[in-house]
Amino acid sequence: MEDSRYILELKHISKSFPGVKALDDVSLAVKPGKVHALMGENGAGKSTLMKCAFGIYQPDKGEIFVNGKPVVFTGPANALQNGIAMIHQELQPMRSLTVMENIWVGRLPHRNLLGSHWVDWKQLYAQTKELLDDLEIPIDPKAKVQTLSTSHCQLIEIARSVSFDAKIIIMDEPTSSLTEVEAELLFKLIRRLTKKGVSIIYISHKIDEILSISDDVTIMRDGQLIGEWPASELDMDTIVKRMVGREMSNRFPAKNHTPGSVKLEVLHLTSANPQSFKDVSFTLHEGEILGIGGLVGAQRTELVETIFGLRKKASGEILVDGKHIDINSPEDAIRNNLALLTEERRVSGIFPKISVMENVTIAKQTADYGVYTNGIFINNGRRREDTEQFVKAFDIKTPDLKAEIQNLSGGNQQKVVLARWMLLTPQILILDEPTRGIDVGAKYEIYSLMERMAQEGKAVIMISSEMPELLGMSDRIAVMCEGHLSGILDGREATDEKVMFLASTYQNAEV
Amino acid sequence: MEAKKFNIKKILSNYALYFIMILMVVVIGSMSPKFFSWRVLRDILMQSSTRIIVALGCLFILISGSADLSGGRTVGLAAVIAGSLAQKADYYIKFWNLPEMPPIVPIFAAVLAGLIVGLLNGFTVSKMKVPAFLATLGWMMVVYGTNLLLCNKPPNNSQPLGGFLKNFTNLGSGNIKGIPIIVFFALGMCILVHILLTKTCLGREIFAVGSNAEAARVSGINVFKIQMITFALAGACYGLAGALEAARTGSANSSYGTSYEMDAIASCIVGGCSMTGGVGSVLGVFLGVIIFNVINYGLTFIGLSSYWQWVVKGLIIIIAVSIDMRKYNTN
Repeated sequence: MEDSRYILELKHISKSFPGVKALDDVSLAVKPGKVHALMGENGAGKSTLMKCAFGIYQPDKGEIFVNGKPVVFTGPANALQNGIAMIHQELQPMRSLTVMENIWVGRLPHRNLLGSHWVDWKQLYAQTKELLDDLEIPIDPKAKVQTLSTSHCQLIEIARSVSFDAKIIIMDEPTSSLTEVEAELLFKLIRRLTKKGVSIIYISHKIDEILSISDDVTIMRDGQLIGEWPASELDMDTIVKRMVGREMSNRFPAKNHTPGSVKLEVLHLTSANPQSFKDVSFTLHEGEILGIGGLVGAQRTELVETIFGLRKKASGEILVDGKHIDINSPEDAIRNNLALLTEERRVSGIFPKISVMENVTIAKQTADYGVYTNGIFINNGRRREDTEQFVKAFDIKTPDLKAEIQNLSGGNQQKVVLARWMLLTPQILILDEPTRGIDVGAKYEIYSLMERMAQEGKAVIMISSEMPELLGMSDRIAVMCEGHLSGILDGREATDEKVMFLASTYQNAEV
Repeated sequence: MEAKKFNIKKILSNYALYFIMILMVVVIGSMSPKFFSWRVLRDILMQSSTRIIVALGCLFILISGSADLSGGRTVGLAAVIAGSLAQKADYYIKFWNLPEMPPIVPIFAAVLAGLIVGLLNGFTVSKMKVPAFLATLGWMMVVYGTNLLLCNKPPNNSQPLGGFLKNFTNLGSGNIKGIPIIVFFALGMCILVHILLTKTCLGREIFAVGSNAEAARVSGINVFKIQMITFALAGACYGLAGALEAARTGSANSSYGTSYEMDAIASCIVGGCSMTGGVGSVLGVFLGVIIFNVINYGLTFIGLSSYWQWVVKGLIIIIAVSIDMRKYNTN
């Protein structure tokens, strides 16, 4: 009875975890050689469904068919044998090993000699080269993985799936840490794979990406299936509406702020690291959102982290309100009313095993021991008040203030970290990729918060690798390339092309 | 309904430690009913006291996300220093040619010695960026060597130190209304450390650094300062424990404190500390130490060879941590 038009079918899958029903009767059918997008807000159950398909979870109810034959996966190894591979959200390559070892680990070609297996390096190199050439991935098989960029690591990971002869490759947010140019590399590879008859299940929050790459789109919400449509019948608004279950007229809040006088001046700032940025100068006004665009490797994060005192500068000056200031550590920066929301929330944002309340109040408490103590001992009442105020204002969804932050969704974690900074009432707010890995609804809320800050007269810097966000939110856009500031565009006149042009100005020039 | 069932399971795994302890006491007690006596409880508490203080030092370190192998040897050095300053004027091998001093002097000197070792550890880890495991291994050897050299000083020539003043040994073996003074020290330290960790900004910053040092730095916390303070506090705990150990036993030599650091780490881990930092409580550590001493004492009490202690202690560590891991994995 099973329909073998589909290479993979998930039928009526349900899966519960203690306290939550993560999946409720969800079905998904993937055609051979097609890109099938899976969409939904964070917590909609996309990743859970894919973990069922890849054998990491066993569904409570429902069946899985591969090529029309029913299968039961006991684990990922089992799924791989059935031609299903998964590219994880967070890639964990073996960084100190070579590309070819990463691809074939566990299956290294070998010769038997004196009763032992000896790695056949020649054969290993040859088969890796063949694989990469076939996929047109321009990477040396002998390169150490730690020398590669994130996007290249991802391509290697995909090549690994292909090496298993995978017929279905699941990609969970593959572009979340890639720039648009790098993402384009990935899309090329996806198109090449589908021509070979490989199917891709593609999870992403980026709607424009989904519309350009996928053939079919399945949308989920709160663990339930909303429906499946051909991508050609969808547009951005309908997808958003079906994902959030409510009308979302605008992706960005209306601009209602006017830039005032100069707040921050950066003059000829040069990093102490010779590989990093050189001679960067710009100004930032009160009530202004200055976007910083550029490719990965443009040294944008390095620039703002140097301004914030996390990295050392070689030369250059920083002026706040026209006065020269010396920043050698984050403490100095905080004292001068700067705040920095870092790029990697998990690495340098949240304190995972610590409560929401402490995550919100830690910076203020450190900046001034007097605020929350009666001399020596901490007064929890005042900390709770401050936290409650922001939980309400930012609409942070948490079971209670004592909950460990690691149990919150990405968007809510981001709001907690943002609250930590707003509690210090900074005048200059630097946001490094503030919406990375956050779903559409939470993104809009972060944008609204940015807009509100600008209205309050705060000076905002936003690094973003997402073009629509950069164009939609910024009053001006500074574009960096290879450590240089290649130009500053007026937000009203900026376009995709202009930003991309500036972002690649120095690309091939000898500097 | 489902949520409630889950909670019972959670309680079982959260309080596994208590169940293990109750089970042990019941088994030992049923084999030898004399186990339930004030004398036994007193002995266990007395033996646990210095171990608790060492484990509290270790607790600071583990919460801050570091490791410290120098604890045991620092206890040894502190015991010798304290002992050498607590001798009677007419003792026949007098370590220093000094008059008799009030007990506060040897205690202060021991704490100071521990503090200095702690600062050296902290500086090596935090400033020189040497991994804590190696930095403290290195200082552990230096401390032990220093202790051996010190003990070998004529006229002592590596003999155990003895002849301590009564008012010094009293701190370790005396009692007030039947309760050993040393137990007051241990409980007092527990309360102090608990308050410091939970009620002060410093305590919360130690947790923050242990939970995510990079985020702490970004949030304006001086991570170097916190790590220095953490190691110094730990060192001070080891120092105090050393002085009390000398007072309790009425003697001191260079082998005092051997492998105490391992017992302390084991007690912390069994008491719920995480090896990756940011998690830990005084109550857990207290119970961890007590459990190990109940094993020590109880097995001897029912006539089992003391060699069995090692097997049982090892198994307890493995079981406790396995339960803990299960707890995190199901999340």
